Amino acid sequence: MAVRRLDGSTAVDLTRRVAPALPIHPALSPLLPDGIRRGSTVSVSGSVSLLLALISTASAEGAWCALVGLPTISAEAAAEYGLDLQRLAIVPQPGASWTTAVGALLDAVDIVALRPPARAVPGDVRRLAARARNRDAVLMPYQPGTAVNGETWPAADVRLSAQGGRWTGIGAGHGRLRQRRLTVTAAGRGSAARSRSSTLWLPAAGGGVGTYEPVAPVLDLTARAG
Amino acid sequence: MAVWCPDWPVTAARLSADLSVDAELPTAVITANRVIACSHAARVAGVRRGLRRREAQARCPNLAVFPRDELAEARTFEPVVLALESVAPAVEVTRPGLAAIGVRGPTRYFGSETGVLHALSRAVADLATSTTDVLIGIADGAFAAELAARRGLVIPHGGSPQFLADLPVNTLDPSGNSPLIGLLRRLGLRTLGAFAELPARDVLARFGPEGAWAHRQAGGRDDRPVAARRPPVEFTATLDLEPPVDRVDTVAFSARSLAERFIGDLAGHGLACTCLELQAQSENGEETVRRWRHAGVLGPVDVLDRIRWQLEGWLGGTARPTGGVARLRLVPIETVPTGAHQQALWGGSGAEDERAHRALARVQTLLGHGSVLVPVVQGGRGPGQRTRLTPWGDDPEPIRPPDQPWPGRIPAPVPTVLIDPPRPIQVLDDDGRPVRVTDRGAVPMPPAQFGFEDGSTTIAITSWAGPWPVDERWWDPASARHVARFQLVDVQGRAYLVSCEMGAGNGPRWQLEACYD
Repeated sequence: MAVRRLDGSTAVDLTRRVAPALPIHPALSPLLPDGIRRGSTVSVSGSVSLLLALISTASAEGAWCALVGLPTISAEAAAEYGLDLQRLAIVPQPGASWTTAVGALLDAVDIVALRPPARAVPGDVRRLAARARNRDAVLMPYQPGTAVNGETWPAADVRLSAQGGRWTGIGAGHGRLRQRRLTVTAAGRGSAARSRSSTLWLPAAGGGVGTYEPVAPVLDLTARAG
Repeated sequence: MAVWCPDWPVTAARLSADLSVDAELPTAVITANRVIACSHAARVAGVRRGLRRREAQARCPNLAVFPRDELAEARTFEPVVLALESVAPAVEVTRPGLAAIGVRGPTRYFGSETGVLHALSRAVADLATSTTDVLIGIADGAFAAELAARRGLVIPHGGSPQFLADLPVNTLDPSGNSPLIGLLRRLGLRTLGAFAELPARDVLARFGPEGAWAHRQAGGRDDRPVAARRPPVEFTATLDLEPPVDRVDTVAFSARSLAERFIGDLAGHGLACTCLELQAQSENGEETVRRWRHAGVLGPVDVLDRIRWQLEGWLGGTARPTGGVARLRLVPIETVPTGAHQQALWGGSGAEDERAHRALARVQTLLGHGSVLVPVVQGGRGPGQRTRLTPWGDDPEPIRPPDQPWPGRIPAPVPTVLIDPPRPIQVLDDDGRPVRVTDRGAVPMPPAQFGFEDGSTTIAITSWAGPWPVDERWWDPASARHVARFQLVDVQGRAYLVSCEMGAGNGPRWQLEACYD
């Protein structure tokens, strides 16, 4: 059952209970205008900072997060991005029974980020995505490299990938790392089919995430006058 | 009647450390750098409860210091309780080192209170632990009996209020942490007698259930608790272990939910437990039954501690069962009404949190203890030192306080991925020679590339910053570290935090500590 528009497209789908989306940081909203839809699969590649920034606002507002099989994340960095460490659990070595562990976590934890093993069976991928959909949880497969390496998580609704970091504040033997300019691309299915791209400060100066506002190009007025 | 073994933590520490030294050696047990118990010899030398360790050692230089081990205390107290049980049934263990016995029944059996005393002292004297001093006191009410035992007195029936009246009010809580004691003192109630004279109703209205309980104790009336009643049987919580378990920590792990259910059920009816009976049964039918009384209100953690203590004594003692533990039963013996459902009031745990806790516990049982970790930020200078991961269920306490300044640490933004343990690398200059940091903290040749020890990959460096030297714990050769940290950025825009060991004799030793991913 659904409310349809005149042209037959669905306006409101009543067959599925729609849970409110998880909130995201305002700097990320150009990429995901609707926030993180519950029950969806969002794959992240290229940057741990991007993953932390993505789940930080939801975590701060009461969502539980679990990181499964990821490299050792610094608790301080997680706190810097705004995660609530009291609602964060880390499973560093899920081992062979990672599907069971992730399945159990999806039952109760709002966001489960995982580093899938190199060869994930398509059946497992489908089952976990279905579990997330049923439980209104969000599954976040994470890939360390850029997405060019191949699509290891085919069932993702939205794919976020980070490319080309540029650090500022550091020189040849002076200064220090202050902030990084990073371009993030969101692509996927459904409403995310049109790929969006945005440049962010990730991390911004002093930690966290910020919107990158490019300085207007310098115009040479003397040349025009002459 | 109360049986009190003075300085029980000291005795337990001696017994478990298997000290063959004589009892004259001054001994102290410390927790969190404070003395919590000391032997008589140490007390003579000026050591007191609450002293810092340094101060205690200064007053008594040959002081032997032990950390506190509550499990060992419970384990070593077990023989004493067994000896008491051979004389009188229904021994209530208040805490390791202090037990209470209802004296009316044994008095009738032995003919007089003196007969009971003789029988008890004989039973305790038979113990192998001859170092154990035991003091016995008789009075109305467990609290008065405890104080009588500390002085080795027998208070006649009805004499407890007079005995208590002149004692200072902080006898109610010797640890001095109770806010009630401070409040009573500020109100001018300096003795137990003055406190006991207040009308019970007003005390309950002003100080709540805990205050009412303290009021009854002060008046020597805690043998017949006014509000206590034998609760209906449905509050009894039972846990069947299938298959039977013979390890204490495994039982304690499974019993966590039992303890929470037990306390939660009582709290749901506006009750809190002050004394509980813990029954454990092995697969071959052996049983251990013990009553545990608590000075305040028992919480789930307290219940769990007592389960652990009792099983530790049972499974590790002489009367060890032949099989694993198959069943646990918690029976509330004494309850007091609480003002509110405490867990909801203070814990703030909603249904969401409960569900997440259960799921994490389930994953932990699936993958083993230590597989689910909880991060916490702690103090330190290196990025690896600032993150502490504790197993789920343990108390996530930082070892070093994170809010101190920690000069020399890397400022924000902090690296996201820690390399644990740090990987050895080689940092080379333009000509392929190792980059070194001089003793004065200068870098003669700037780093141009780095690679891992095996020489498989070489990464070109475009920008770098440093060195930032840190000279940590130089007073302790075992943990001293003198390193200089650098930030490196490679051609692909990835940033790394590396450190170089300084003062090392054979060439510079570089390590990759963390990545800014």
